[in-house]
Amino acid sequence: MKPLVFAAGMMPLSLLFWRAFNDTLGANPVESLIHETGLWALRLLLLTLAMTPLRRITGWPGWIRLRRMLGLYCFFYAVLHLTVYLWLDQELRLSAIIEDVIKRPYITVGAATFLMLTPLAATSFNRAIRWLGGKRWKQLHRLVYLCGLGAVIHYLWLVKADLAPPLMYLMILLGLLAFRIPPSLLRRLRGYSTGKLETKHERYQT
Amino acid sequence: MNRRRFIAGMTAAGLTGTASAFSFFGLFGDDEPTAVELYPRRPLKASRRAFSVDESPTDEADAIGYTNFYEFGTEKGDAQRYGERFKPEPWRLTIDGECERPGDYTLEDILKPHPLEERIYRLRCVETWSMVIPWVGFPLADLLKRFAPTSRAKYVAFETLYDPEQMPGQRRAVVEWPYREGLRMDEAMHPLTLIAVGMYGETLPVQNGAPLRLVVPWKYGFKSIKSIVRIHFSEKLPVTTWNQLQPDEYGFYANVNPAVDHPRWSQARERPVGGWRRRDTLPFNGYAEEVAHLYHGMDLAKYF
Repeated sequence: MKPLVFAAGMMPLSLLFWRAFNDTLGANPVESLIHETGLWALRLLLLTLAMTPLRRITGWPGWIRLRRMLGLYCFFYAVLHLTVYLWLDQELRLSAIIEDVIKRPYITVGAATFLMLTPLAATSFNRAIRWLGGKRWKQLHRLVYLCGLGAVIHYLWLVKADLAPPLMYLMILLGLLAFRIPPSLLRRLRGYSTGKLETKHERYQT
Repeated sequence: MNRRRFIAGMTAAGLTGTASAFSFFGLFGDDEPTAVELYPRRPLKASRRAFSVDESPTDEADAIGYTNFYEFGTEKGDAQRYGERFKPEPWRLTIDGECERPGDYTLEDILKPHPLEERIYRLRCVETWSMVIPWVGFPLADLLKRFAPTSRAKYVAFETLYDPEQMPGQRRAVVEWPYREGLRMDEAMHPLTLIAVGMYGETLPVQNGAPLRLVVPWKYGFKSIKSIVRIHFSEKLPVTTWNQLQPDEYGFYANVNPAVDHPRWSQARERPVGGWRRRDTLPFNGYAEEVAHLYHGMDLAKYF
C-alpha cells in the first residue's frame, strides 16, 4: 500500500513537469504551477486528515500508517507552491515579497500556514516522537487543524468573485474536523438531544 | 521555446517518463485549451493601421483560449468550453438615453459606415497578466457621434447580452447580470478608444466578445466590455459591474497604474501571457502621452 501511495503522490508533480515540457501548462504557465501546487498541498492536507475518520469507519488500522506519508507530501507540495511563488512569481524580489506578506492578508495567512506546517514535517520521524514524548508530539501535531483552516482561508481570500471552489474545500475540511470533536463533548451533546426526545416520547405515552 | 529551455534546465529528466504514463488519466487539470472555433470567423479587411505598438502580438491561441468571460463561467477556458450555443448573428443593439437618435439597430446598421482599421494594442488585465492584440475595428467616437449625444450626456454606459440559454455562466449570479461598464464622455470620445469587431485579421471569436466589443487600452481589461447589446448616454455616473461587486478593489476609472495596488496584489509588474518572466507595468499601460491629460488634477489613488 505504501509504495502505491508514494507513486500516487508523485503523480501531480510528474504531470506538471510533463505539461511544462510539452508547453501545455496554458497561456500563463506560472499561474498554472502556483495554482496546481497549492491545490495539491490543500488536497493532501485534507487526505491526511481523512485517515483517522477512515480508520474509525472501516476499522482497518492501516490508514494511520499512510498518514505520515500523506502529511509529508502535503508539505512537499507546500514547499513547491512557496518556491514557485518566491522564484517564478515574485522573481526573488525581496522587497516585493516582504510587502506582499505584510500588506496582503491572504499572503500573510499563507505564510503563517506554511510556518505552522514546517514543525510538523520536521517532527514526523519516529525519533522525534520519542524525543518529544507521545503526548507532547500529539499536542504539537494538532496544529494541522489550524493549518487546514489557514489553507482554506488563504484560498478564499484570493478569489475574485467565485467562492464556490474554496467553499467546497471548506466544507470537506469542516466535515473532517467534526470528527475531532472530543467524545466527552459529543456525549454531552448527544445526551442532551436524546434526553429531550425521551421526554417527548414519555409525554406521548401518558 | 524559451520556456522549454527554462524547464529543461531545472528538471530531472527521469520524472517525465512516469508522467507520460499517467497523463492519459487527465486527472490533473486541463491541458492548454487550444483555440476552439465555436462560430465560423470571417477574414476582415482593414483599411489602415494606426496607433500600433511595436511589440509582437500574443500567440493567437493563447489570446483566444485564455479569457475572463464570466458569462460562460469563472475559469479561463470556460468561454470555449461552454460557448457553443452562443450566436453572434443576428445581433441587435439598443442605443438610448441622452441622444437625439436613439433606437434599435441591427449590427449591419451599426457597422456599415465605418472603415475598419487594425490597431495593435497592449492589454493589461487587473489580475496582472498582459497581452498584445491586433484588433480590427473603428473609433468609438465615430459611432457615438452618429446618435448625436446631447449636452447632458456626461457618460456612456454599455451592457453585455443577458441570455443564460446562450451564456450558461449567467445561470449563477456570480456578478449581477447583465455585465455593465461605462466611460466618461471624454474617454469614450478619445481616438484610442475602439469598437472592435475582429482580431488577428478575422471577426472576433465568441471567446473574445463577438460580434462587437469595447477596447480601452489604457484601462484594465475588465473595462473593455464584450458582446455589447446596449449603449446608453447618461448624465450620471453609470453603475459598473466590478465596481458594484467590490468597490474598494475595482474603481470606475480603472486606469492601469503601477503605483496604485489592488488591495490584494501589487500592480507594479505584469506577466506577458505565454511567457515566464514579468516586466514593469507602465502608467496608463504605456499610453500616458495620449491620455494622461484626461485626468489632469485628479488624485489617481482616490479615483482608481
